Amino acid sequence: MSDASYVREAMLPAQKPPASETGVVHWVRANLLSTWGNIVLTLLAVYVVYLILATIGPWLLRSVWTAGSLQECREIIEATWGEGKRGACFAVIAERWQQIIFGFYPRELYWRPILTLVLMLVALLPILFYETRRFSWWVGVLFAAALFGSVWGHASPVVTVLVGIAAVCLGVWLCVRGPQYLMWFSLIFPAAAFWLLWGGTVWLPVTILLGFVLGYGAYRLVSALNGLAGVIAAVVIPILWWVLLCRAAADVLQGIVPIALVELGSDQFGGFLLSTVIGVSGITFSLPLGILLALGRQSDLLIVKSFCVAFIEGFRGVPLITLLFVASLLLNYFLPPGTTFDVILRVIIMVTIFAAAYLAEVIRGGLAALPRGQYEAADSLGLDYWKAQRLIIMPQALKISIPGIVGTFIGLFKDTTLVSFISLSDPMQIVSSIRANQEWNGIYWELFLFVGLLFFLFCFSMSRYSMYLERKLKTDHR
Amino acid sequence: MTIAMDPPKAGFRLSMLLYDTRYRSITIQVIFMVLIVVFFFWLYENVVTNLKAAGKDFSFAFLWQRSGYDINQMLVQYSSDSTHARALLVGLLNTLFLALMTCILATVIGLIAGVLRLSKNVLVARLMEIYVETFRNVPVVLWIVLVNAIMAVSMPEPKEFRGENPSAQMIFFDSVAVTNRGIYVPEPLFSRSLGNTDIGIFLISNDLLAIIAVVLASIWAYRRLQANATAVQNATGIRPVTWWKGLAIIVLPLVALLAATGFHLGYPELKGFNFVGGVQARNSLVAMWLALSIYSATYIAESVRAGILAISRGQTEAALALGLQPGLATRLVVLPQAMRVVVPPLISQYLSITKNTSLALAVGYMDLRSTLGGITMNQTGRELECMLLLMGTYLTISLLTSSLMNVYNASLKLKER
Repeated sequence: MSDASYVREAMLPAQKPPASETGVVHWVRANLLSTWGNIVLTLLAVYVVYLILATIGPWLLRSVWTAGSLQECREIIEATWGEGKRGACFAVIAERWQQIIFGFYPRELYWRPILTLVLMLVALLPILFYETRRFSWWVGVLFAAALFGSVWGHASPVVTVLVGIAAVCLGVWLCVRGPQYLMWFSLIFPAAAFWLLWGGTVWLPVTILLGFVLGYGAYRLVSALNGLAGVIAAVVIPILWWVLLCRAAADVLQGIVPIALVELGSDQFGGFLLSTVIGVSGITFSLPLGILLALGRQSDLLIVKSFCVAFIEGFRGVPLITLLFVASLLLNYFLPPGTTFDVILRVIIMVTIFAAAYLAEVIRGGLAALPRGQYEAADSLGLDYWKAQRLIIMPQALKISIPGIVGTFIGLFKDTTLVSFISLSDPMQIVSSIRANQEWNGIYWELFLFVGLLFFLFCFSMSRYSMYLERKLKTDHR
Repeated sequence: MTIAMDPPKAGFRLSMLLYDTRYRSITIQVIFMVLIVVFFFWLYENVVTNLKAAGKDFSFAFLWQRSGYDINQMLVQYSSDSTHARALLVGLLNTLFLALMTCILATVIGLIAGVLRLSKNVLVARLMEIYVETFRNVPVVLWIVLVNAIMAVSMPEPKEFRGENPSAQMIFFDSVAVTNRGIYVPEPLFSRSLGNTDIGIFLISNDLLAIIAVVLASIWAYRRLQANATAVQNATGIRPVTWWKGLAIIVLPLVALLAATGFHLGYPELKGFNFVGGVQARNSLVAMWLALSIYSATYIAESVRAGILAISRGQTEAALALGLQPGLATRLVVLPQAMRVVVPPLISQYLSITKNTSLALAVGYMDLRSTLGGITMNQTGRELECMLLLMGTYLTISLLTSSLMNVYNASLKLKER
């Protein structure tokens, strides 16, 4: 070995990669400047970003948050930043944000929508994050804190203390007993929300809920005798109850135990409160209707199928705005003379039907994407139609169609702005009414920015949630 | 042991209508049918009673009465002496015009944004992502009102174009004026016009017809030229050089026709307090067009992106391995497959653009809803007829488009076992 002139005995330490192959420099070169085309694109993008920042940046920087009118705003900006300078006048938001969010809801009753919102979060949590057990603590804390906070400073001291005690008790109970009871709360939430928002006697929503209980009871009793009669009883008895007895029973109960909130008309709803009421009710009611329509369209029953096809195509084929006009102008023609009902309710019905038609097509796509074998497996297990749908088909079909379903929901929520065309005060309408004021005449961008930002928050979080849900429900291992 | 598959021996019993799956579906459908008929009869009865109570009848005769209102944008002749039916037609054409313009612009923006969103250039991809997420998560009404406000508030007044040192300038070589009253663009004029043809409902320009005819003929001739070249190539193996012939076939006849009819552009000019000449695109049209396009383009961008992502890299590689040039590989292998994914959502986006044009109400663009479902309805007081007609028209457009789409989808469908 000694005749070898040179043998390296120790390994050299690995050298660092050249500076051009690592770090920021490499990243910039690889991603932004790799080819001539890429360089042009990068320059263009930088220029666009510069343009946007140069337009909006100074404007935002010179914003004014406290002023009584647009004129005052401008004076403040010119005094601070010099002659001819323009800036954002967010004072209008600071002064009117409550109106944009709550519409014409009486100021001393703001705790009701706030409380409803918190309860809605509580009701939604077990549905949205049903797997996560840990959240029950959060629900309890959130519930207690917000219940207390929403009443703080709005109601009389006695009510505040009572609500506070109730909130703590409920919070502790929720923390201890866990989420299985929350599901029940989610079920009664719609009635609670109705009562809180519109006010009136508490017994009306209670008796309406009682209808469901009656139906279930009737089903249990009668189905022991005959299965089909049980189903019929479960449908007919609640309807009879709601149509004939519900209101009278509520009146009687109100006479015995008077519990009521100040009653508010639908004309006092506005802003994001209105959008949320319409949006959330539309979302809640359109999903079951959409599933039924999709099933009807897939079914073998010819008449049912053609009815569903006509329904879906008919409602998908016209703009929502025409349906809203039908709701506000034509519904009186189609109902028995003398019937009137609430305009928000009409809008909710139309929006629900419209969204359901879209959902039906989305869900039909999910149903079509399921392999035939799944249906056959359900059949071979001896499941009947509804059991097969409930246990085997729907869970998979709905999972496939999550992006489409959530997309439809987002669309529905955005479409609630159309109600301004039938003179309901949605956020856009409120914005124009603010601008019609002497003090704020001529203000545009600040209001649009605020409204747009709120809508963006709602819709963006919905779409992110759908991505989360997709990831969570992903069971294949690709 | 008896075999369970033996058919039941007894004849038909009434209870089988409920318990036998063979008959149960009929029972369900009959009950369903009866319910629907009863429901519609109930609606019909109510409508009849209510109409009688209001002292109205149900007739479409009002369509032939004088409308008595003006429409500020018309593609066919119309005046306040025209009938309501004519106003309907003008509104419908305005709707379709806006929808067509929006579809074109939205497709262009959507294609660019969709492709750029997949760009390796992180900056550009991010920028496009922000654009898509911002615009699709905010209601389109807000964008429409916003663009309208930008047009009305931030654009210069016509008088600012005047004087020795004007504060506003016309763009594109002094041909386009962007003002707060709308955008003025040059109009095509023919000094030796061929006149108009009256086809019953409206006048149609003979110049336009001639141009269309010449272009179609050129395209046909160009196709023939290419087919001929292919035939020569198949026979001899050498493709004849055709590009200059093709260019001549496309360009020369059109230029000759335009020269013969004395084609020139009429530029907008500032006279008095306003621009005259050229075509004025009102703020309402521009706002609807830009806002709807930018909003709908985000959806198109997403489907374009999905289409590109749906084609696996292997397809391109296989095409290249076959010896196709990159351009041919894209045209023959990648695009046809991407189209299958992209086109159905694209068409449904076109449909939703058409329906969204009804939001013109927000800025006062005179579309179908504003003429028929707006002024006509308010003037005649015939809500029922007008709304039915309005919804029927939109429904017809939608159903026509979706049936065309179904035909197209069927032709693209994968031919599998």
